[in-house]
Amino acid sequence: MMYDVCIIGAGVVGCAVARELSRYEVSACVIERCEDVCCGTSKANSAIIHAGYDAPAGSLMARLNVRGNERMEELSRELDFPFRRNGSLVVCLDAGEMPALQALYERGLANNVKGLRLLSGEEALLMEPHLQEGLAGALYAPTGGIICPFLLTIALAENAVVNGVEFRFNTKVNSIGRAGDHYLTETENGAVESRCVVNAAGVYADVFHNMVSEDKIHITPRKGEYCLLDRSEGTHVRHTIFMMPGRLGKGVLVSPTVHGNLIVGPTAADIGDKEGVNTTREGLEEVAARAALTVKDLPLAQVITSFAGLRAHEDGHAFIIGEPKDAEGFVDAAGIESPGLSSAPAIGEMVADIVRGRLHLHKKTDFRAQRTGILNPARLEMAERNELICREPAYGKIICRCEGVTEGEIVDAIRRPLGARSLDGIKRRTRAGMGRCQAGFCSPRVMEILSRELSLPVEEITKAGGASAIVTGRTKGGHVLESSRMGDNL
Amino acid sequence: MRAYDIVIVGGGPAGLAAAVAAKKAGAGDILILERDREMGGILNQCIHNGFGLHTFQEELTGPEYAGRFLAMARQLGIPCEIDTMVLEIGSDKVVTAMNHKKGMFRIRAGAVILAMGCRERARGALQIPGYRPAGIFSAGTAQRLVNMEGYMPGREVVILGSGDIGLIMARRMTLEGAKVKVVAERLPYCGGLQRNVVQCLEDYGIPLKLCHTVVDIRGRERLEGVTLARVDESGRPIPGTEEDYACDTLLLSVGLIPENELSRSMGVEMDRITAGPVVNESLETNIPGVFACGNVLHVHDLVDYVSEEAARAGENAARFVRGLLPECEGAVSVVAGRGVRYCVPGRIDITRMAERLPVRFRVDRIYKEALLTVRCDGKLVLHKRKKMIKPGEMEEILLPREKCLAQSGLRSIVIAVEEG
Ligand SMILES: Cc1cc2nc3c(=O)[nH]c(=O)nc-3n(C[C@H](O)[C@H](O)[C@H](O)COP(=O)(O)OP(=O)(O)OC[C@H]3O[C@@H](n4cnc5c(N)ncnc54)[C@H](O)[C@@H]3O)c2cc1C
Ligand SMILES: Cc1cc2nc3c(=O)[nH]c(=O)nc-3n(C[C@H](O)[C@H](O)[C@H](O)COP(=O)(O)OP(=O)(O)OC[C@H]3O[C@@H](n4cnc5c(N)ncnc54)[C@H](O)[C@@H]3O)c2cc1C
Repeated sequence: MMYDVCIIGAGVVGCAVARELSRYEVSACVIERCEDVCCGTSKANSAIIHAGYDAPAGSLMARLNVRGNERMEELSRELDFPFRRNGSLVVCLDAGEMPALQALYERGLANNVKGLRLLSGEEALLMEPHLQEGLAGALYAPTGGIICPFLLTIALAENAVVNGVEFRFNTKVNSIGRAGDHYLTETENGAVESRCVVNAAGVYADVFHNMVSEDKIHITPRKGEYCLLDRSEGTHVRHTIFMMPGRLGKGVLVSPTVHGNLIVGPTAADIGDKEGVNTTREGLEEVAARAALTVKDLPLAQVITSFAGLRAHEDGHAFIIGEPKDAEGFVDAAGIESPGLSSAPAIGEMVADIVRGRLHLHKKTDFRAQRTGILNPARLEMAERNELICREPAYGKIICRCEGVTEGEIVDAIRRPLGARSLDGIKRRTRAGMGRCQAGFCSPRVMEILSRELSLPVEEITKAGGASAIVTGRTKGGHVLESSRMGDNL
Repeated sequence: MRAYDIVIVGGGPAGLAAAVAAKKAGAGDILILERDREMGGILNQCIHNGFGLHTFQEELTGPEYAGRFLAMARQLGIPCEIDTMVLEIGSDKVVTAMNHKKGMFRIRAGAVILAMGCRERARGALQIPGYRPAGIFSAGTAQRLVNMEGYMPGREVVILGSGDIGLIMARRMTLEGAKVKVVAERLPYCGGLQRNVVQCLEDYGIPLKLCHTVVDIRGRERLEGVTLARVDESGRPIPGTEEDYACDTLLLSVGLIPENELSRSMGVEMDRITAGPVVNESLETNIPGVFACGNVLHVHDLVDYVSEEAARAGENAARFVRGLLPECEGAVSVVAGRGVRYCVPGRIDITRMAERLPVRFRVDRIYKEALLTVRCDGKLVLHKRKKMIKPGEMEEILLPREKCLAQSGLRSIVIAVEEG
């Protein structure tokens, strides 16, 4: 079959493009090497919706950032994912560097960022009592926000599916080439033909770009490491705290997450390996040391997990969006490093618009813009919640004790469009396993539910697809145990 | 709202023993709420023997031990709600819980006994660098998978941390045909009981590497190997001492954390060291009528001590609801002196204390030829010589009431290791 569009990569960018394209009469397919959406950089970042004062004035990056930021509220209502404008503060520690803060403020104004304000050190301390004393001043951006990057990406993807886009997982693209008037995308599961290709392959976007264009680009994976703290510490700061880069180097941010944890990071180290998402001792130590420059009394004993993500850093530090001159119909969304998450909705619109022009697409009349997320019973009143449990007892069974996730939510996560197929898939959709015990209690239960719902033996349930099975087989008496347990349940 | 004399949160050995003792001490309506699908707590997965030597003078397995207490509770007609998670306890002792049959419900308790046990410390808390593949389990999760679900977490195993669960799992995995390559412990001594080192490691030729930790984790999908390194006195890895181990499984037995989220949110005062509530001689928290016992109070190494402690909590809760527990009058603090990490209880109201009050504590490192002392406002009232004391084994002294009464205006009782 010949598709109109083939999108490589199901990160936030690929999914935003898919959702925007699904507004049109189009046949589109997203090809992703992992088993789920949001398995690359989109799952490991700061989750900040930047206000838009960072990018050079007048740049594409600045324009898409501000546009993405502005759309986020409406989008979060339309697609039912959590987003909160908590505001951000860029803290300047050194009076000698105040002119640079002033310059940042002015760049923000030039980029059309709303509500920016320069604060004195005292004013900033009043807003955030845990800032280090003696700071010289701060830039306050009330439009800065926090989001759940998984739920954003999943919401975009689910909505795209409902509107007719196809997703192929566990399908790695090996090469792309021209075949007459269309493109041939060779994957490990056969070839895909399409009139247009959208290159949203994250840190691999240079590889695919360079297969079709002589105008080469180069992407360096730039690693960022993080610590995530228990929800008990989620109010240590209320705004997102950045440090103004300066004499003390580049800072790391400290921010509440939209789920109430505290996130601290990232570092920045250029590495050669596009798969190098390992954390390092040096990196984690650097996170702790740098965070302490701006925020005091950080309760680092309450770290529940640490992780790392890779920025797709293009040599010119610019978003490369559009068709290379020598490759009509091949649309790049490359070099999408921070603020890529914030810009994703606007990148989606821009790419879809280029494709629309190229293929002369028409709007669908039956586009469904609304999506409903997984029902969270904890948000219901007690009476409503009990009605729900009465109808569906699974909502009365808590599986993840730390985050209070019920069996009902987990089953929903599996059964909905593009449903979860692994522990990580469940975790990103429901938060089961994201809490302080880090899945110690709930993983055997979640495995059991996945096994039942997907009719797969427990041995085939994975952490994140591929060869990541959780258990390697039965114990010597395993079968006996199971039959005795079934007896219990009768 | 339905009211009970005593509501017990957690149906492990602590909750069960507290219920039985409370009933025998004359409490009326008692209810145990347990979130798991069976009663018995962590004991259900401890299928090895060695339980009950103190309590029943015989060697039982974990489920057998729990079974004895469950039978007593049944005999006394104490209702237990399983699959029921307590979501919240108000400082007014209104308990909010949920299960799939009744939905969410609220009940009023005359007294509450906190017996929620503990959870295991996870990899994240240790900040072990490296990749995050499948194959990394806390030892208790692996124990549950093997003993209760019948699945093997892996075939080639490295264990980090020498807590008892890790040691027991080293043997269990070996018996199931897995190869346990090494147990690494960051500290210069073993965290678990000596008997477990002998019976679970030495008998199977499994090496224990003290002063070692995991410094790297490899494998993107499933674990492929870990790197161990020796650490210096401050716990930092020493460059050049790295050794690679190929393995598909890493078990972590690196400490237990009392599950006190409920306690904290109801306003119970917590101890920084035990991560459990601060209690007085009656095992009562700062909120009158709220008691705590078992692993939620402080981590125990033997369940027999849990049962004994929980029985005292149960009796005191019964006295409280029957109006027989006099109001707490100014308390004397029990202080961890030299070499002692913590003491439970942390406060004593001498007028309410028993003739011989058990005070439990742990030391901060290994001491040989140690002299343990108890001083009331500086005056030596008790001492005990021990050949060896270790952090991994809980110590107990029986504090005599008459010695405390003898010291007028007593302010503090200090427990210390004075020699060794
Ligand atoms: C440390 C860090 C912090 C950040 N913080 C922020 C922030 O706070 N705010 C913000 O706005 N942005 C932030 N960003 C940037 C943001 O995370 C990224 O811009 C965004 O996630 C990029 O999305 P993507 O879809 O382009 O890439 P990805 O999410 O990486 O998606 C690319 C997808 O392509 C797939 N793929 C690759 N190769 C192939 C192949 N051969 N075949 C099939 N599929 C393939 C991958 O598996 C992956 O799923 C941060 C980034 C990092 C690393
Ligand atoms: C993995 C492990 C292995 C051990 N092995 C040994 C051994 O070999 N030998 C030995 O002597 N001792 C052993 N111990 C120690 C001993 O068994 C424990 O000290 C004892 O089980 C503690 O009893 P407990 O009742 O305090 O806690 P638990 O047994 O943990 O029981 C607490 C109960 O409370 C429930 N609960 C918690 N929160 C809620 C809530 N919100 N609502 C409802 N219910 C709740 C839990 O589900 C659990 O069932 C082991 C302990 C552990 C953790």
